[in-house]
Amino acid sequence: MKRQRMVILGAGTGGTLAANRLRKRFPTSELEIDIVDQNNQHVYQPGLLFVPFGLADPDDIVRKRDRQLHKGINYHESGIESVSVDANEVRLTNGSTLNYDLLLISTGTKLLPEETEGLDGPGWNKDVFTFYDLPGATALAERLETFRSGHLVINFFDLPIKCPVAPLEFAFLADWYFHDKGVRDDVKITYVTPLDGAFTKPAASATLTHLLEEKGINLVTEFNTGEVDTVGRKLIGYDGTEVEFDLAVVIPLHGGADYVHNSPGLGDELGFIPCDNKTLQSKVRPNIFVLGDAADIPTSKAGSVTHFEGEVLVDNIDAFLHGRDMVERFDGHANCFIETGYSKALLIDFNYETEPLPGHFPGPVGLPLLKESRINHLGKLMFQSFYWHGLLPGRDVPGIGSHMPKSGKHELQTSGKS
Amino acid sequence: MTITQLAGKPVEVNDEGFLVDPTEWTEDMATELADLHGVDTPLTDRHWVVINYMRKEYFENGTGATVRKLGKASGVNTKELFQLFPKGPAKLSAMIAGIPKPKGCI
Repeated sequence: MKRQRMVILGAGTGGTLAANRLRKRFPTSELEIDIVDQNNQHVYQPGLLFVPFGLADPDDIVRKRDRQLHKGINYHESGIESVSVDANEVRLTNGSTLNYDLLLISTGTKLLPEETEGLDGPGWNKDVFTFYDLPGATALAERLETFRSGHLVINFFDLPIKCPVAPLEFAFLADWYFHDKGVRDDVKITYVTPLDGAFTKPAASATLTHLLEEKGINLVTEFNTGEVDTVGRKLIGYDGTEVEFDLAVVIPLHGGADYVHNSPGLGDELGFIPCDNKTLQSKVRPNIFVLGDAADIPTSKAGSVTHFEGEVLVDNIDAFLHGRDMVERFDGHANCFIETGYSKALLIDFNYETEPLPGHFPGPVGLPLLKESRINHLGKLMFQSFYWHGLLPGRDVPGIGSHMPKSGKHELQTSGKS
Repeated sequence: MTITQLAGKPVEVNDEGFLVDPTEWTEDMATELADLHGVDTPLTDRHWVVINYMRKEYFENGTGATVRKLGKASGVNTKELFQLFPKGPAKLSAMIAGIPKPKGCI
């Protein structure tokens, strides 16, 4: 094989695991790998959920990006100016240019608080917070330490968002947190969603709605936030209806990275990259692939998805470089622990075709699915170590492949009387 | 799946009321669908900008647009979208345009 030059944009979950897996697969004489990121802070994003409740220390969930990369990968710390898909060229904000034979886009998604009217008002980070980035989660932790009565409202404005179960987990943990502080009766908690239920997928939505009820958390559905009054402390819907709050935890709208908008033909209106949802090859050019949250595909924007995609991606890139047909197919597999408070968690596992079902994962003897348990909570905690030492370096997990396992799942009764 | 009469023709719709076959849709059906699902009629030119955009998106990309894409690309901003299709612009305009419910991400 003639020596090829690969450029990877973004050294987060996707970029790092792909770079490491490709480095193991190809010698440097066949494939040169350059990877770019705008800063050298790799945040373990699932940890952000725990920061506001004092359950994770901000320092523990951040490591250096370059330290997660195997030898023989060239790390560049710079912003990205633009990509020219015709010239096969990436321009960096530090003035340099990288040419590529193969481009992998793994720049994820960014928060766009400025796209919601009023959100950047004077009450931002005072009475209105997000835990979706480290500064926000840290500021919220301070605010929760003194918040002992009033109305806490949790609201995501619209999909797509990263880890769509995280806002629900936040509500569950808040219930536990205020119980623990002995003030739960003085804190009203309301979960506000644009969806018509607690979650998108029917079986999981029913279970999660029931959990909200059980924990005394109010649910407001089909609320489309158009404006946030951070001083008058209310969410204002596009239809004029309002939800008042004392403290709001919101998830801003999400979009693709800024450079996508400066790169003609690369992304869609939201800055995500159109790609084949099975091969992960972009629809933009055959020599551009997409991994993780940056992709415009109908699955969760979540680390587990990126992890499962990664295995498929590396095989497909291998096939592409050797001029073979890409036979590996990503099935949309997602696997999420949902923290429910009191040291318990629920696990859901699903793909493009199959919604989250009850049963066990990854087989008949395994972690309980769609059911609260302590072992799932431990699984969630242990995952952080696996993330740094297994997932990012590109190690395979024995017994857990890329595709969603069917064994161990109970089919739902879809016909007849229940 | 049930069969319903729209603009004098029998048409198959799913449990939520979306047309099963978008090619069976005719412009005459739009007003009846709007009445059925609580959108003010007569439909204005602005409604039609959105309806036509949704059909174009569906036939080009296999799914109708989400609210955010509509707000950025249809020529009608998000605020106005909610005035035109109050309960949910993407879902309702897809319904009236005779295409399946747009695939959101989960």
